[in-house]
Amino acid sequence: MSEPTPVAAPRRSSGAGPAPTHLTGDILHRARQLLALYPEPRSALVPLCHLAQEQDGWLTPEAMVDIAGLVGVTPGEVLGTATFYDMLHTEPVGRYVVSVCTNIACLLDGAVELLEHAEDSLGIGVGGTTADGTITLEEAECLADCDRAPCVQVNHRYVVARTSEAFDQLVADLRAGARDGEIPPHGTLVRVRRTAGIEADPAAVAEERRLSAEARAARDAASGPEGGA
Amino acid sequence: MAVTEAPRIVTSRLGFEDAHTLGRYLATGGYEGLRKALAMTPEAVAAEVDAASLLGRGGAGFPAGRKWAMLRRSPVTYLVVNGDESEPATFKDHLLVERDPHQLVEGVLIAAYALQVTRAFIFLRGEFALGLERVQAALNEAYAHGAVGRDIFGSGFSVDVVVHPGAGAYICGEETALLESLEGKRGFPRIKPPYFPAAIGLYGAPTVVNNVETMSNLPWIVVHGGAAFAALGEGRSTGTRLFALAGHVNRPGVYELEMVKTTFADLIHAPVLGAGIRHGRQLKAFIPGGVSAPWFGPDQVDLPLGQDEVAQAGSMLGSGSIVVMDDRTCVVRAAWRITRFFSRESCGQCTPCREGSGWLERIMERIETGRGREDDLDLLLDACDNISPGVAWPPQQTTICVLGPSIPSSISSAISMFRDEFLVHIKEGGCPHG
Repeated sequence: MSEPTPVAAPRRSSGAGPAPTHLTGDILHRARQLLALYPEPRSALVPLCHLAQEQDGWLTPEAMVDIAGLVGVTPGEVLGTATFYDMLHTEPVGRYVVSVCTNIACLLDGAVELLEHAEDSLGIGVGGTTADGTITLEEAECLADCDRAPCVQVNHRYVVARTSEAFDQLVADLRAGARDGEIPPHGTLVRVRRTAGIEADPAAVAEERRLSAEARAARDAASGPEGGA
Repeated sequence: MAVTEAPRIVTSRLGFEDAHTLGRYLATGGYEGLRKALAMTPEAVAAEVDAASLLGRGGAGFPAGRKWAMLRRSPVTYLVVNGDESEPATFKDHLLVERDPHQLVEGVLIAAYALQVTRAFIFLRGEFALGLERVQAALNEAYAHGAVGRDIFGSGFSVDVVVHPGAGAYICGEETALLESLEGKRGFPRIKPPYFPAAIGLYGAPTVVNNVETMSNLPWIVVHGGAAFAALGEGRSTGTRLFALAGHVNRPGVYELEMVKTTFADLIHAPVLGAGIRHGRQLKAFIPGGVSAPWFGPDQVDLPLGQDEVAQAGSMLGSGSIVVMDDRTCVVRAAWRITRFFSRESCGQCTPCREGSGWLERIMERIETGRGREDDLDLLLDACDNISPGVAWPPQQTTICVLGPSIPSSISSAISMFRDEFLVHIKEGGCPHG
């Protein structure tokens, strides 16, 4: 590890994808605002990945390079972190990611049958995207809406589509753009912007950052199996 | 039956369509708890929470007051709210963040004041898109109202609150994994000791991690006093609690009930609650506190909804979610799906959990799909024993976190309660339920 590692973008694995996309304009501005919310920049890594998905619909290799630069890690670390999380897509997905939960409460209420219907009617398997790039189908773990089982989300927003007929109507509505007001394209997670900055005394914030860096260094120095309390 | 007599503490505003707005919140007593708290000393606020005997509502049920008292004195400390609600069939925090976000924010501010924390993070699971928007909007309103930020309500106390979105990983509900995730890393649970982030938490600083529902109780506790809260419920299980009822009942939903005073039978059958099993069917089994909990059968249905009472009966109240299975349910299929969930969500750090969950899932799947073998039940229990020696309750742990020892619960419950059904699957080469 003594030799400097060249900083390279994680490779696109799907051949000729869309054109390279870096974080730009308003997204880059918001990325810098997000960084200011955290005592340590790396904490912004996941929120920045969401922001990159808001721009491109998925997490592009170029965006990962930009995020790495912003939070002070390597692009590989961004990739390695992002791939841990189900919501961060390092491959392109459709405009709408439709998630059907099949966990216990939904299982008891016909979720597997609903998912089979979804696969048949969309002509794709779980993880697939329709040829027109509109819909990506996912099988989800519990989405915490069990009293309306089987639970379906589109771009992480709850929709009620408990029967085959309701599911078909949902898909038709999505394709017609009839629910665009309620459901933004995949990647846009939170439409409400934070309107207040960090208001606590700036000197106190600087002190907080210094002390937290010290505490972290002390923890890392004492991180044996018995290290700590 | 004490089903409807207790006061509504955290669901009092849910009858209003606009319960999430500042206007409605202020019109219904909002931020009075915070104002009262700011007029008290931080120690006095903490003492009220201690007197309330508020047990953490996330799953482990650790007393919030004691957790706070453990916060190591340090120049920098943090408060982190765990809103990563992902335990299957748990959907109470979903309701609180979407429908009464100001109550959560006020609770966070009260806790921040009591703990003298100047930075708090509300970690919400990423799949709560609307919840994230509602809490951010509430926070924006609260800043404008002078309830958050610098010198809140002219008290001299300053605190900032940040809403942090997760990105989809069940394990981040484990508090040390949540902290790792909040630090921008994979959600890998940390090695214990230290057992509590109150010693070493976010960025190495002492940190209190509390659940959304726990926080949402604080405004009421401060306004009415800890003693009034402790007067509800019984024994260690004080106050009310949200119970998320799902599965084969006529009225699934989230119900706020006084602890201990209500039984599982009340919850499942009372007309104002679950209203009985659907289609006039019979109860076969139920899971009393999230899928990590051992199952109960009809014989345990008269147990009260109390933390210690359920623990003494060999399971846990956990996250307060109850899954009801009727007499037509294939328990092999149910246990298999739960096992598959754990297999998918194991973070992969510890061998018993990572490998064990995969083994169990594959064996369960082959039994359910008619490829089971004579000795599979022994094999399942043996693999369970490797993950959690003795397969007992409370479970032994061979892993960094409790996800591992949670895996055997449904398999060992299903086998011990319904061994014959497993044997039918194996002997007849498939699921008799089709």
